[in-house]
Amino acid sequence: MKTYTYTEKKDTRSGFGAGLAELGKTNPNVVALCADLIGSLKMNQFIDENPERFFQIGIAEANMMGIAAGLTIGGKIPFTGTFANFSTGRVYDQIRQSIAYSNKNVKICASHAGLTLGEDGATHQILEDIGLMKMLPGMVVINTCDYNQTKAATIAIADYDGPVYLRFGRPAVPVFMPEDQVFEIGKAVHLQEGSDVTIVATGHLVWEALEAAKVLHEKGISAEVINIHTIKPLDDKAILDSVAKTGCIVTAEEHNFLGGLGESVSRVLALNNPTPQEFVATNDTFGESGTPAQLMSKYGLNSAAIIEKALKVIGRK
Amino acid sequence: MSNKKLHDLTTQVRRDILRMVHKVNSGHPGGSLGCAEFLVVLYTNIMNRKEGFDMNGIDEDLFFLSNGHISPVFYSVLARSGYFPIEELNTFRLLDSRLQGHPTTHEGLPGVRIASGSLGQGLSVALGAAETKKLNNDTSLIYTLHGDGELQEGQNWEAIMYASAKNIDNLIATIDLNGKQIDGATDDVLPMGSIKGKFEAFDWTVIEVENGNDIETILEAMETAKAATGKGKPVCVLLKTMMGNGVDFMMHTHAWHGKAPNDAQLETALNQNPETLGDY
Repeated sequence: MKTYTYTEKKDTRSGFGAGLAELGKTNPNVVALCADLIGSLKMNQFIDENPERFFQIGIAEANMMGIAAGLTIGGKIPFTGTFANFSTGRVYDQIRQSIAYSNKNVKICASHAGLTLGEDGATHQILEDIGLMKMLPGMVVINTCDYNQTKAATIAIADYDGPVYLRFGRPAVPVFMPEDQVFEIGKAVHLQEGSDVTIVATGHLVWEALEAAKVLHEKGISAEVINIHTIKPLDDKAILDSVAKTGCIVTAEEHNFLGGLGESVSRVLALNNPTPQEFVATNDTFGESGTPAQLMSKYGLNSAAIIEKALKVIGRK
Repeated sequence: MSNKKLHDLTTQVRRDILRMVHKVNSGHPGGSLGCAEFLVVLYTNIMNRKEGFDMNGIDEDLFFLSNGHISPVFYSVLARSGYFPIEELNTFRLLDSRLQGHPTTHEGLPGVRIASGSLGQGLSVALGAAETKKLNNDTSLIYTLHGDGELQEGQNWEAIMYASAKNIDNLIATIDLNGKQIDGATDDVLPMGSIKGKFEAFDWTVIEVENGNDIETILEAMETAKAATGKGKPVCVLLKTMMGNGVDFMMHTHAWHGKAPNDAQLETALNQNPETLGDY
């Protein structure tokens, strides 16, 4: 079994900021937009180094999405930055018509996704955004797991021609993915080989899945852990190859089970190889105020919840 | 293009609009007819356009239609400006057509740079295109068209605020002031007070056009609008038009916003607009 360790915790949004700053140096067509959340999105370095390529829109997210669509006409690659809630639900029709249906090369970069936004509560904790975005034809949906992966993903999506939704978060979390990783859209990353149960996780739940696999190993259970950073297009083959070995699967995400990663996985399994599946996800509910750790515990989104679901799904084989 | 030719082209565009909506018994003739003169003048005499079409539109003027439901006039003017074969107007709103009910880039129709139909989004898109022109040191202009009822959508006011705050002075936004929307007169549905006063309060340069269906007047107004660009402020043209213009029974009413003429009505309407450049 591979050992994953970390020496520091960093927020994934800082990975976005670092990736954007890198793009500022390497790709003259990259431009950035923000709706009054520069500090929260960690966009300062890009702005300091490329002031002419940054557009402060003010608190007007609908206008921001339209301006981003227009900026592509003439060859720019716009990266929009605001919270996940204001990046999706608030501006769904603008994204649908002006970006997705119009096939504009806009990168919608969304921080503070999910419960781990914490104390601000449910008005800001969107748990529906993956569903909203994955339903849009042509939209790529990515949810990264740590600082390094977020930085790599930010850089990689600039080279992809088409609309992308990039989701990341607020809290400092373990940095365990390699700095020099190659980020390939739609390609799952195998973190642990295993034979008894497959755990497919995205975003902040990836580290929790690795922690869960460690505990399961001590109980004599061999868990395969797959990091699905791209929810759409989904790496069907990675999932099917894994369940062919293990015969059961747990999906883990910081999102409602309705419309999330788990449902996408269910479809792949139903069409190809019906397999027992358990969901680590919120259960058709809004969030609430609390610390990120308290919330992830209360709503069953941590390693303890993954272990519980893994044992349950093994029992269903 | 001479004024006589502009008149002939406008008459032919009216025939195209009427025949397109009649064939499929759907579409929006009222607003289309009201904007025929404006779009003809814009595409033939005002905009600096390049041959052919590419999405990026570097070093040429760009146009964005925000009130996408007046697609019949847009498609007719695009076809007769050489963007795609005139015969293709025959496929308006049919299955597998590039001429969708509302304009879209999705089927790759040359001349269209953004999907529109869900109202209130066009000005924001135009602002983005205007910002890109500035970044590219491209001195050409961005033109837009919006319905007056469409101004009830809040996104417009986000965009109107941004445009003056950020000195977007390479943009000319035209508002089709026909005073009508689906449910009736704009003054009955949701009175908007002085649209001129509102744009001026947002620090735009405003040009009022009393007769927005008169070709000579439009020509003059758009030249004035062009001359007002590059001075640090966005430019707005308030174009008073007659919905259904050129067809007597479609004028002075909102009834033809989204209704097609029947066979007899089409004949009457076409008789009022004799063929000039040849039907498709």
